[in-house]
Amino acid sequence: MTTNKPLLKVENVGIRFGGLKAVAEANMEIYKGELVGLIGPNGAGKTTFFNLLTGVYVPTEGNLLFNGERLNGMAPFKITRKGISRTFQNIRLFQDLSVLDNVKVAYHSSAKNSIISSIFRLPSHFKNEKEIEEKSLDILKLFKLEGYVHEKAKNLPYGQQRRLEIARALAANPKLLLLDEPAAGMNPQETHDLMNLIAFIRDQFELTILLIEHDMNLVMGVCERIYVLDHGQLIAQGTPEEIRNNPKVIEAYLGEEVS
Amino acid sequence: MMTIRHTKGFWLSIILALAAFAVVQFLITGQILNSFYLNTLFLIGINIILAVSLHLIIGITGQFSIGHAGFLAVGAYASAIMTMKFQLPFSAALLIGGVAAAVAGLIIGIPTLRLKGDYLAIATLGFGEILRIALLNIDYVGGASGMQVSHFTTWPWVFACTLIAIVVIANFTNSRHGRACISVRENEIAADAMGINTTFYKVVAFVIGAFFAGVAGGLYSHNFYIIQPTNFGFLKSFDILIFVVLGGLGSMSGAVISAILLTIISTFLQDYPETRMVIYSLVLILMMLFRPQGLMGTKELATFFKKRAAEGGTNHDNKQTVA
Repeated sequence: MTTNKPLLKVENVGIRFGGLKAVAEANMEIYKGELVGLIGPNGAGKTTFFNLLTGVYVPTEGNLLFNGERLNGMAPFKITRKGISRTFQNIRLFQDLSVLDNVKVAYHSSAKNSIISSIFRLPSHFKNEKEIEEKSLDILKLFKLEGYVHEKAKNLPYGQQRRLEIARALAANPKLLLLDEPAAGMNPQETHDLMNLIAFIRDQFELTILLIEHDMNLVMGVCERIYVLDHGQLIAQGTPEEIRNNPKVIEAYLGEEVS
Repeated sequence: MMTIRHTKGFWLSIILALAAFAVVQFLITGQILNSFYLNTLFLIGINIILAVSLHLIIGITGQFSIGHAGFLAVGAYASAIMTMKFQLPFSAALLIGGVAAAVAGLIIGIPTLRLKGDYLAIATLGFGEILRIALLNIDYVGGASGMQVSHFTTWPWVFACTLIAIVVIANFTNSRHGRACISVRENEIAADAMGINTTFYKVVAFVIGAFFAGVAGGLYSHNFYIIQPTNFGFLKSFDILIFVVLGGLGSMSGAVISAILLTIISTFLQDYPETRMVIYSLVLILMMLFRPQGLMGTKELATFFKKRAAEGGTNHDNKQTVA
């Protein structure tokens, strides 16, 4: 993991909403191929941090560098095209579209044919559509969703919807994948499968993954490094073992020790 | 489901459409159709174009725009000016009418499409009204007394424009660009996160929709001998909106069917001017009570035929696997 430059570098990043500092002076370095966890109590600013990385919010201070390129103020869709894609804490699928079309939408920017070529049904349209369809079916097969291809996304069971969202995020061809509470609402068995899946896609797609999670088993089980966020501050980082024994982290989660 | 279905079914529908064209053309040349029916037919064609173009904006892209009569007016006046003041041929006038409306769509769309839901509706409604008031005060186009226009609209023109509008919008919808528009409708934040330039696609849908509304405007103005700003009030916008909503938001065949049905209903109700609006409103109220998703829901006519055809054995039907 000690390869030259970090894939993602967060330098002193902060955002304030009026007087409220949601995230302050955050520093983070993520290297290619890592699987990093971001944990913290409710309201610590984890999702806000994701929104900063994906361009939903623009940081009021600091720098976001991805592959050495500054992301501050870039539109979300451009950041996705640079190679950061995400899932959402509260699932945001295209509910009324089929499972297949959900994934196809994410392959949108990998195709290059123009609007004109689609309107006049030129060969490049068919070529691109065919490619998109093949790639989409492949990725759905990988996620064991091939039986639901023509099902509407909203009709899937909850666990499958989570899987579909990850599949869709992967279809956007990211270098860095951000997973916002992927195991929320899953039972232990589903969580276990998800852990394996996350480790598997990291290797299969040579991805770098940053995930937010509440489920400590999952975080401690798959992450190589963990950052802890509390009240908008990154209070600790380290291996799962270090984090487990870090007094600051224990304090953040369980409160101060009574002396 | 969306891919490469424009092969057999597509050509079949083109052949059917051409057959319908030939039949009507035969009836016209044989003078079996009188001018009343012919006029209704033209109106149906124009309304289909309007319904389909608004369907792209509201049904596909999910942008609630209710100033469509404004684009109709731009097209109507632009093309009328071209034929009456510059003596251009009708074909060029139609195209210019469409382009003028598309440009208007671009100018209106870029600032207003940042707005969402109700706010966009109010802004586009405002655009339509501003345009109408402006036309009332421009003497070059006759102001309130209207503008004299020669009658150029013929059945082949109406038919060709309707067919082109339907094919272009259907092809656009069934492509990666159309999917991008639908994803904006379904969940704009997620679309953005998937790398879709949501603003771009909203504007594109708006411009294409405005273009065809403009073409419809050209057909509309050259169908009557006079056009007045009052023809393009917000009631006209609502008429078009009703086609789209009644047909089922997101269904193009629904928009086409409801445009045909409502045009026929409202034409034949002209014999009962006192009760016309009452009956028309009743139809709409009943429809919304008993079938709020519209005639077709989000389905297309083609899917009903497709159901029968085996499609690789995958479970294709949505309803079967709900449980």
